Amino acid sequence: MLKDITVGQYYPIDSFVHRLDPRFKIIAVFVYIIAAFFVKTYIGLGVLFAFLCVCVAASKLPVRMLLRGLKAIYILLAFTFVFNALLSGGETVYFSFWIFRLTKEGLVRAVFMALRLVLLITGASVLTLTTAPITLTDGIEALLRPLAKIKFPAHEVAMMMTIALRFIPTLMEEADRITKAQSARGASFDEGGLLHRAKAVIPLLVPLFVSAFRRAEELAMAMEARCYHGGEGRTRLHVLKFTWRDGVGTAAFVALIALIALDASVFVVLFPMLSGSF
Amino acid sequence: MDMIKAENVLYTYEDGDTQILQGISLAVRKGEFLCILGHNGSGKSTLAKLLGGLFTPTGGKVEVCGMDTSDEKNFLAIRQKAGMVFQNPDNQLVATVVEDDIAFGMENLGIEREEMNRRIDEVLQTVGMTEFRKSAPHKLSGGQKQRIAIAGMLAMRPEILILDEPTAMLDPMGRREVMRSVESLCRNDGMTVVHITHFMEEAILADRVAVMSEGQIIMQGTPREVFSQQERLRELALDVPQMTSLAHSLIRHGADLPPDILTIEELADRICPSR
Repeated sequence: MLKDITVGQYYPIDSFVHRLDPRFKIIAVFVYIIAAFFVKTYIGLGVLFAFLCVCVAASKLPVRMLLRGLKAIYILLAFTFVFNALLSGGETVYFSFWIFRLTKEGLVRAVFMALRLVLLITGASVLTLTTAPITLTDGIEALLRPLAKIKFPAHEVAMMMTIALRFIPTLMEEADRITKAQSARGASFDEGGLLHRAKAVIPLLVPLFVSAFRRAEELAMAMEARCYHGGEGRTRLHVLKFTWRDGVGTAAFVALIALIALDASVFVVLFPMLSGSF
Repeated sequence: MDMIKAENVLYTYEDGDTQILQGISLAVRKGEFLCILGHNGSGKSTLAKLLGGLFTPTGGKVEVCGMDTSDEKNFLAIRQKAGMVFQNPDNQLVATVVEDDIAFGMENLGIEREEMNRRIDEVLQTVGMTEFRKSAPHKLSGGQKQRIAIAGMLAMRPEILILDEPTAMLDPMGRREVMRSVESLCRNDGMTVVHITHFMEEAILADRVAVMSEGQIIMQGTPREVFSQQERLRELALDVPQMTSLAHSLIRHGADLPPDILTIEELADRICPSR
């Protein structure tokens, strides 16, 4: 059923990573992504990979869940690989045609880029798979809160995200109902060419929009009736707590950054052959 | 004591010349179960929002617990005193987990965490939904969602509950669930209830019924007094409860019955006293 789709495909089990503070996890993923971009050597990539393996093990996520996330980007992966392989240039040429040249250096580089992309996506999906959307929202709100000083509407942004999450299943259900209603009137959604299909979506979207606006109005009224008056003077039922787990996580990430930094400096000096900077 | 006092209330929509409410005076006593009946477009929903302080009257005056709803300073206090539940259960739940939703109103009032947790337990028990504390609202039935909406209101400790057609979008089972909760709140916990509906069966439960038509209250009294005037109600295109209607047909065919029968039990007792 459409109803059962959850955003970011949260995988609800209990594990070390699941219990980490969302604020820590968000920052950690940012650090990880930046680290992945800074890595210039296969050794660095190996460090990153080893680190990711530890995270996945600690999260008890089934590996096929992570691989499924890669399916969505296989076209991107293929493009990255092909372009890097053919357009990088280099000395050992295997094959050349027009502006394309397949070289040894290009191949090495292409594999590197593809692996980096795989590590990036897999790392990011560990965050969404182990963090419930609503917890993620809490984390984002907490992290954005300091920005309120420069008039950034941190509370409002978080409230919008919460409401969006709340209404996704409701609107999905409604889309389902409208599709059925329009089908009953003879509309077809899965026949004909691309243009025909795109046109067929209009009688679905218009009622959906109208109803979404009506819902928004009613919700605003209901929120007012419950004394909602912005983020000021609000207390929270859930308070985020930094626990020993987050301490362990922080230590692990400091170690990761140190290793990557070391890799970037030392290995280039000691093993210029192995590292072959990209 | 009057919890809500409306004096000669007028209401006109900003854009229009159509006057939705044309001089309504109404008092709601403490602990009373008042039912407002009316056809679509009779202005009953608008009246509910005026009584709850969400709309302010364009003429006349509404007081909730002695506070004037037109005074902006009173907005929050009035909304805390008068809890409102609306028609569409989907469009009044804010959070993705039941307990978070119940906490929403309390968070707005700035209540401490321990107190919030205590009240969540308490109100879930009141509406009989304790086992759903961690559920997602979209997985609940309509009746359950409405009970959660009521619980969310109760958690704010209101003195009056204003229910704006809370059963209109529910199936008969959901309707019964919600009405059972509402009735128990009023009878056992002494909550003042203003219930807006177009279901006559629900009005039987009330202490007092007010019938609205074209922005005015045209009949008022106990359910028995109001429903015995079947002809008048029919002119307003309103039904009477099923049993009242049956009793009236029987009377027309010569049965010796009183005209103010409301429930199956009453009718059965009258027809067959030795039962």
